[in-house]
This record gives sequence, C-alpha cells and structure tokens, in this order.
Amino acid sequence: MDLLGNLIFGFGIAFSLQNLLYCFVGVLVGTLIGVLPGIGPLATIAMLLPITYGVPPVAALIMLAGIYYGAQYGGSTTAILVNLPGETSSVVTCIDGYQMARQGRAGPALAIAAIASFFAGTVGTLLIALFAPPLAEFALKFGSPEYFSLMLMGLVAAAALTQGDIAKSLAMVVLGLLLGIVGNDIHSGIPRFVFDVTELTDGIGFIVLAVGVFAVGEIIANLGSANETRISTFGVSSLLPTRQDMRQAFASILRGTGVGAFFGVLPGTGPAVASFASYVLEKKVARDPSRFGHGAIEGVAGPEAANNADAQCKFIPMLTLGLPVSGVMALMLGALTVQGIQPGPEVMSQRPDLFWGLIASMWIGNLMLLVLNLPLIGIWVRLLDVPYRLLFPAIMAFAAIGIYSLNNSAFEVYLAAMFGIGGFVLVKLGFGLAPLLLGFVIGPMLEDNLRRSMLMGRGDPSIFITRPISLCFIIATVLILVLVALPGIRERRRDIAE
Amino acid sequence: MRLGLFGAKDFWGGIVLIAIGAAALFLAREYPLGTVVRMGPGYFPTLLGALLVLFGTYLLVKGLRSTERIEAGWSPRALIVLPLSLALFGFLMDRAGLVAALAALVVGSAAAGREFRPVEVILLAGFLIAFSVAVFVWSLGLPYPVLVWR
Repeated sequence: MDLLGNLIFGFGIAFSLQNLLYCFVGVLVGTLIGVLPGIGPLATIAMLLPITYGVPPVAALIMLAGIYYGAQYGGSTTAILVNLPGETSSVVTCIDGYQMARQGRAGPALAIAAIASFFAGTVGTLLIALFAPPLAEFALKFGSPEYFSLMLMGLVAAAALTQGDIAKSLAMVVLGLLLGIVGNDIHSGIPRFVFDVTELTDGIGFIVLAVGVFAVGEIIANLGSANETRISTFGVSSLLPTRQDMRQAFASILRGTGVGAFFGVLPGTGPAVASFASYVLEKKVARDPSRFGHGAIEGVAGPEAANNADAQCKFIPMLTLGLPVSGVMALMLGALTVQGIQPGPEVMSQRPDLFWGLIASMWIGNLMLLVLNLPLIGIWVRLLDVPYRLLFPAIMAFAAIGIYSLNNSAFEVYLAAMFGIGGFVLVKLGFGLAPLLLGFVIGPMLEDNLRRSMLMGRGDPSIFITRPISLCFIIATVLILVLVALPGIRERRRDIAE
Repeated sequence: MRLGLFGAKDFWGGIVLIAIGAAALFLAREYPLGTVVRMGPGYFPTLLGALLVLFGTYLLVKGLRSTERIEAGWSPRALIVLPLSLALFGFLMDRAGLVAALAALVVGSAAAGREFRPVEVILLAGFLIAFSVAVFVWSLGLPYPVLVWR
C-alpha cells in the first residue's frame, strides 16, 4: 500500500515550518475574503500570485490552495449570520442557516457548517490521494489528439454548465482562446496580435487578465450597484450542537460529501451547483420537507459538505491532466506554469513533493480552519463593519502592485485597466468571465495539440475519432451539447440559475 | 420597439462579439494560413475569429426579438475614474516611485466611489503606503524606487 507511504511523505513536507506558515497565511486570508462580500477567491489569488514568485513552488501552491478552500469556510459564516453569501458557494447556506440564526441557533449552525466542511475536506483529500495517481498514470498514454479532445470536452462542458445561455459561454471560451494566443507563435515565431508592443510578444500575462476582469471589473460593477445596506448581525451564544442536531446532520453530511465529490470533477460546475444539488437532495429525502426554509439543520450540513468536497475534488483533473475545470483552477495552473512546472500527468512523478505536500497541506489547512473559525467567530463578524468605501481602494492598491511587480512594466498596468473596462462591459451584457479565463489558459495548449494532431494525422481530422480514448472525449463533447440543447435540461438550468 | 434596441442585452452582446471577431479576422489576414496538415500561424486565429462572428450573429438575431434589457444601476464615474487611476499608478510608478503612485491610486479610486471623505481617504492612503513600503519593499525586497523624480 504505497498510499499510506505517500501520504506520510506528503505530511512530512507539509509539516515543515515554512509550509505550515504559508498554509496558515493562506487559510487566514481565505477566511478573511470569504467573510467579506464583494471580493472573491479568484481576484485574491490573482492578486497574490505575483508575490509568490520568490516563494518555493510547494509553499506557493499550499498558500493559494488555502485561500481557495478557506474562502468557502468564511463564506458560510456570513451566510448564516447576516443572510449574505460571502461567496457564491454559500448562497444555499443562507436559506436555512440564516433561519437557524434567527431562531437563536446561530452557534450550532456555524458549528455544523464547520464540521461538515471539515469532514468533506478530509474525504476530498483522501479521494485525491486515491484517484489521482491512477488517473495520471492513465493520462501518460495520451498523445496530442487525446489532449485536444480532452480540452475540447473540458471547455464545452465548462460552457454548458455555466449559468445562462450556452452560446454566450461558448463565445467567451472562444474569446479567451483568442486572447490566449496573443504573442509570438511557438511554431513559426511570427508575432500575432502584438501591434509591435514588446510586452505582448510573450503573450498577455494571465495575471493581468485575471486581475483586470475579476478585481477591477468587479469593483466597477460593485460601485454601480445598489447602495450599501447596513446589516445587523446575530450574537452567537453557544456553539455546541445538540445530540439531536448531530444525529440529523450526520447523514446529510455524508450525502453532501458524495454530491460535492461528484460535481467536483465535472468541469464548469462552480461550488454553487454542488451545494444547490445537495440542498435539493436533502429536501427530497427528508421525512418532513416543510421544515426546509425554516431552519432545517440538514439544509446547512449537506450543502456545506458539498461545496467543500467540490472544492477539493476540483484539484483532481488539474493535478493529473493539467486540465483546469474552474476559474480558480485555471489560476492554480497558471501558478504552476509561472513556477516553471509544466502541468500535466508528469507532475506527480516528477514533483511528488509538490503533489503529496499539497494534498497533505489541504487536510492540515482544513483542520486549521476548524480551529480558526469556531472560537474566533466574533472577530470575523466584526470585519463586516468595515465599509466598502475603505475596502476597494485597498484592493486596488494590492492589485496594482501585484500587476506592476510582474515585469516592472507600466504597460501591463494599463492593460489591466482596459481589461477592467472590458470585463465590466461583458458582465453587463450577460457574459460569464470564468469561461473566458478557462479559454485563455487552455488556448495555447489547444492550438499546439491541434496542430500536432493534424501533422500526425496528415491533415485528416478523423484522427480524433479513430483513436479510442480521443473518440470517447469527442462523444462526451457531442453528448453534452445535445443534452444542453434539449428543452428539459434547459428548464433545469434555468431553475438552478434562479 | 426600434428605440428599444438601445437597451437590448443580446443585441449589443452580438455586436461586441462580431466586432472582436471581425477585428481578429482582419488582423489574422496577414498571418500565413498554411495547410491543414501543416497549419500556419493564421489558421487557428482565423477559425476563432469566424466562430466569434458566428456566435455574435446568433446573439444579435436573438437580441432583436428578446425583451431582455441591460440592467440599470451602473456608475459611469466608476467606469471612467477607476481604470484611469489604475493607469495613473502605472505611469507614476515609472517616474515618481511607489509613494506617489500609491497616493494617486488610492485617492483616485476613492474618488470613483459614491462617498468621498477627504480625511478618511488621506488616512487610508497613508496607511496603505506605509504598509506597502514595509511589506513589499522592505520585507519582500521588490525593487521599487520609494520616492524619486525623473
């Protein structure tokens, strides 16, 4: 059983003082931005990426991952106490969590949310450790046609599962692909869409794009939306859930973890989808569904487990196939590339320290979050009193320094400002930005593999359907498109969107 | 109904996509297309540009019939002032150093908001400058001039 050996090896790495410190900083920052509405993990990770350049790859990844799952914990705190989802992942938690808080049971709701998250996080970590190695082994057999078909499937699935019109999401993927190939063509060296700007010959920095559309664009949008509402919070008296609470929540946590793990490996499904699916399931299996919406503890436990399991399992395709299935994973992939590590199935064999260290750190991080969240809940709630008018100039400052520090180039700062405007306009027109980022990250790889495949197949596109693994991906892609086009699914998607 | 097009979400979404796609097609014209076997640098961009025009046309047609409006509630001031203050930061970083650039950015972006309280903004700028110099320049050693004029 080398699983155990590998895990022990991973814990050995994660327990180094430096990695523990970065893990702690990550989950702390994650909780912070999770609690605060209006700033999400995407923008934060994008802004902090440049700072991680000087940090060893393992520590950098550990910290960035910590921000990501830490934000899920923080988001549920805000959802329960003030009926305001700190993150999209906790929208569902608002429904019953806030009702529990109104009935004076904020403490048990928070405790169950944290316990559910921790349990799901632990299971998620184990799932990665179990399934990632065979998957990576399998992926080592992939050639260019397989990679092309896999990426195509990933992009289409991401577009299909993103809320709203699939044509719009696909268009954003295409726009992302287009932005991704800016720069000198790797095969011929011919500059494309460079406009004689030296800074563009290496392509658009993906941090520039991510910070531009997610941080700057989001602030522009926030400043235009309805006025800040003052929120009143509930005090938290006792944290301990009763024995009955635990009994009711136990099965929900198990089911939620399963639901989250399932949705986790699917491309494009944000944690909101997983937690929503879990909520629906809990309501279906409940003996008395009418309790839901009035403070049913299952409605907190299930979705909270689901969104955390989802968050952890999203790492599986990223680490084993080099395929990012969400915006945050696209950033993680970017972080790897920036550190000089070529993402793909080789990561596990060539950098076992990175892979197993990261996995072990996730479990440690989840434990830290449990400790960090429950006793310190009062401090986190206090944070909500910081008005947005103080927050956003600070975000702008960190974003600006982050972008400038990439290459000490003012041009990239100008570019980010333009992306901010562009991102805002696109959001206003109802386009999603996550598919754009996915397309952007995958763009160069997709083109490269397409060109290699065509060389291999001597110009015959049937190479994609004569190789069995590639054929499977193509069939899946077509299947996804057909399913989305069917009216029944359309209705469901609309329901989820609402 | 004709006038209503000004707020039609998908109509304008289509226009934007077609414009970007057409621009990509136009620029990609100069890159060799190559053959299917040996694709040149122009092949993929041309394909993507065409796809964008296609999606754009679909949205435009859909937008002509749909009643979905662009949501109200956006701030023209934020849209102009915020990116400008970011650009100013880049400009000043090259010429005047971190302190001046941050001061301009913080005051500028605060001015993009709805409420502007001068004293508060100055305190915030002072805090952020001190924090950034301490963390980024002194601790992390990023090679920025703190205060220069050139």
